[in-house]
Amino acid sequence: MAKSPEQEHPQEAFGWAARDPSGLLSPFKFSRRATGEKDVKFKVLFCGICHSDLHSVKNEWGFSTYPLVPGHEIVGEVVEVGSKVEKFKVGDKVGVGCLVGSCGSCDNCHDHLENYCPKMILTYGAIYHDGTMTYGGYSNMMVVNEHFAIKFPQNMPLDAGAPLLCAGITVYSPMRFFGLDRPGVHLGVVGLGGLGHVAVKFAKAMGVKVTVISSSPGKREEAVQRLGADAFLVSSDINQIQAAMGTMDGIIDTVSAVHPMLPLIGLLKHNGKLVLIGAPDRPLELPVFPLIMGRKIVAGSCIGGMKETQEMIDFAAKHKITADIEVISIDHLNTAMDRLAKGDVKYRFVIDIGNTLKQA
Amino acid sequence: MAKSPDQEHPHKAFGWAARDKSGLLSPFHFSRRENGDEDVTIKILFCGVCHSDLHVAKNEWGFTNYPVVPGHEIVGTVMKVGSNVKKFKVGERVGVGVIVGSCKKCESCQQDLENYCPQTIFTYNSHYTDGTKTYGGYSDMIVVDERFVLRFPDNLPSEGGAPLLCAGITVYSPMKYYGMTEPGKHLGVAGLGGLGHVAVKIGKAFGLKVTVISSSPKKEAEAIERLGADSFLVTSDRTKMKAALGTMDYIIDTVSAVHPLLPLLSLLKLNGKLVTVGLFDKPLELPIFPLVLGRKLVGGNEIGGMKETQEMLDFCAKHGVTADVEVIRMDYINTAMERLAKYDVKYRFVIDVASSLSQ
Repeated sequence: MAKSPEQEHPQEAFGWAARDPSGLLSPFKFSRRATGEKDVKFKVLFCGICHSDLHSVKNEWGFSTYPLVPGHEIVGEVVEVGSKVEKFKVGDKVGVGCLVGSCGSCDNCHDHLENYCPKMILTYGAIYHDGTMTYGGYSNMMVVNEHFAIKFPQNMPLDAGAPLLCAGITVYSPMRFFGLDRPGVHLGVVGLGGLGHVAVKFAKAMGVKVTVISSSPGKREEAVQRLGADAFLVSSDINQIQAAMGTMDGIIDTVSAVHPMLPLIGLLKHNGKLVLIGAPDRPLELPVFPLIMGRKIVAGSCIGGMKETQEMIDFAAKHKITADIEVISIDHLNTAMDRLAKGDVKYRFVIDIGNTLKQA
Repeated sequence: MAKSPDQEHPHKAFGWAARDKSGLLSPFHFSRRENGDEDVTIKILFCGVCHSDLHVAKNEWGFTNYPVVPGHEIVGTVMKVGSNVKKFKVGERVGVGVIVGSCKKCESCQQDLENYCPQTIFTYNSHYTDGTKTYGGYSDMIVVDERFVLRFPDNLPSEGGAPLLCAGITVYSPMKYYGMTEPGKHLGVAGLGGLGHVAVKIGKAFGLKVTVISSSPKKEAEAIERLGADSFLVTSDRTKMKAALGTMDYIIDTVSAVHPLLPLLSLLKLNGKLVTVGLFDKPLELPIFPLVLGRKLVGGNEIGGMKETQEMLDFCAKHGVTADVEVIRMDYINTAMERLAKYDVKYRFVIDVASSLSQ
């Protein structure tokens, strides 16, 4: 008979978990594995709230298993290292993102593309090599294989840097892969939320011209004055969209709800690329004519591998890029989730785990 | 007041046109322009029947301007050349494909991508620079700007070569653009019709492993034994589709009706590319998860520029690639269109215009 979450591992842990698709989170006792020879054990200081956490606790994608401890934008301080750990020592600051394991032997793993390994193990809601459930960063401590821990740059604030571990890599990777990362490129960013605002910052640091495309006219000033976007289009304003047709080399689409693709495809120059990184739970409608007539593509991208995630965070540190955050205490978690569902956050909640998560 | 079709230009011409959305074609008198300095006058020998001809004859895309003379897979001989024409002389065998004009000045035209020029003029159902309608190859002759005429390689037969002018370039161009030409890589071809069968042949000529993906089990023997495909997948065969998951580097999707993309996307490896070339008027359902989790893409492509079309013809001549055709008389065209609508052709009808088009 399977052991309870509290008993299955030797090290006690606690956090907040969702227990059913209502998505309500509450205190939860569980346990972490012993610190193996290649493992790093750290106390969690901050954890960003990613929209995926909300999708997962409410089982919106249909594959959640409960109890579920979300959180994959985790920053902490190392308290113990295994005997064969080379990259970290006690006291170092580390980050953990969306992955905590992969097969290590396939072509993708060898190419530093652990995120495309067919056996990749997600930080929460997945089954680890030992057959037990993975629990994420809304918790007091974690044990992770050093390969999946990121060295946190010294000059980067821990709280504002945490969201980069998912939001950051999710936009950085496709910008690099699809060549939307150099001066002369005109990039559209659809959606100005957790992903979108980081995309604007990275793009400006790369010398890219950025137009934000949003359904909220109220975000214009923010986008242009504070985040540095070059232009702002309201997606429902037909005149604005028409005027911008055929002007963009690429579009990073961060919107995680079903939305029309036709106007976005129209905004692309020919050979343009629409890259989807938001994950709606239903298929989108793909009009074929404009794709064919303009030799355009629609593509997807999923986070990034460990090497690229480290590269991304070092790039962000060099260019002083962090997320814009609202720090909350763990007790505000459910309220924060409600606000996130309404898009009411600029632009990421980050839980101050270190100071506010106390065992009951 | 606008002149009638048979009076607007100095040279009398004769063809078959559709006059309404029944799509039924019938004899039609019209006229062609004077052969200008840059023009070539061509006596039409053969014209392929492309599925687009059927879509336009029946106004399925909503922008048909009747009467319409379809036909954009034209092979003929040069009868006259303008004073500035350098590439062709009288008596030569030439081809005309999907476009007969462009602005010649924009970035696309300067890069030999006339097919992406915002002012592309199509061989039929468009308006020419002089404001008159363009009429296609279901007719006895055509006058075309030399830039849009193709040299027909000596060893390429007219009947089997004509369909390459649309079907050939439609699959060749995305195969080159999306890098689907590395020997040993695995190409899926969805749909085995006019476009699909040419894609199989060109794929084999590039040294690719080719799997045909089709809803018709009956096409298997044909695909493998005659066309040279390496394997054949029936989309409704779950076991075989499952076994083929994540095995293809690219897929050319030639299916010309709405169809599910999810099974095709699942056949692709990581970073796999699905290029859709079938034109239809309703959107496809695009499931996002397979794109995101596999960094895959869906792309489109529209024919090719003139330079690439010539390159394609020369490539096909060199590798012995021609379309499989059923040659018909002009007066069979309506029956042919009905059969085409039911996909009852292996794999392209070609009208023997010169022998059968009589006033």
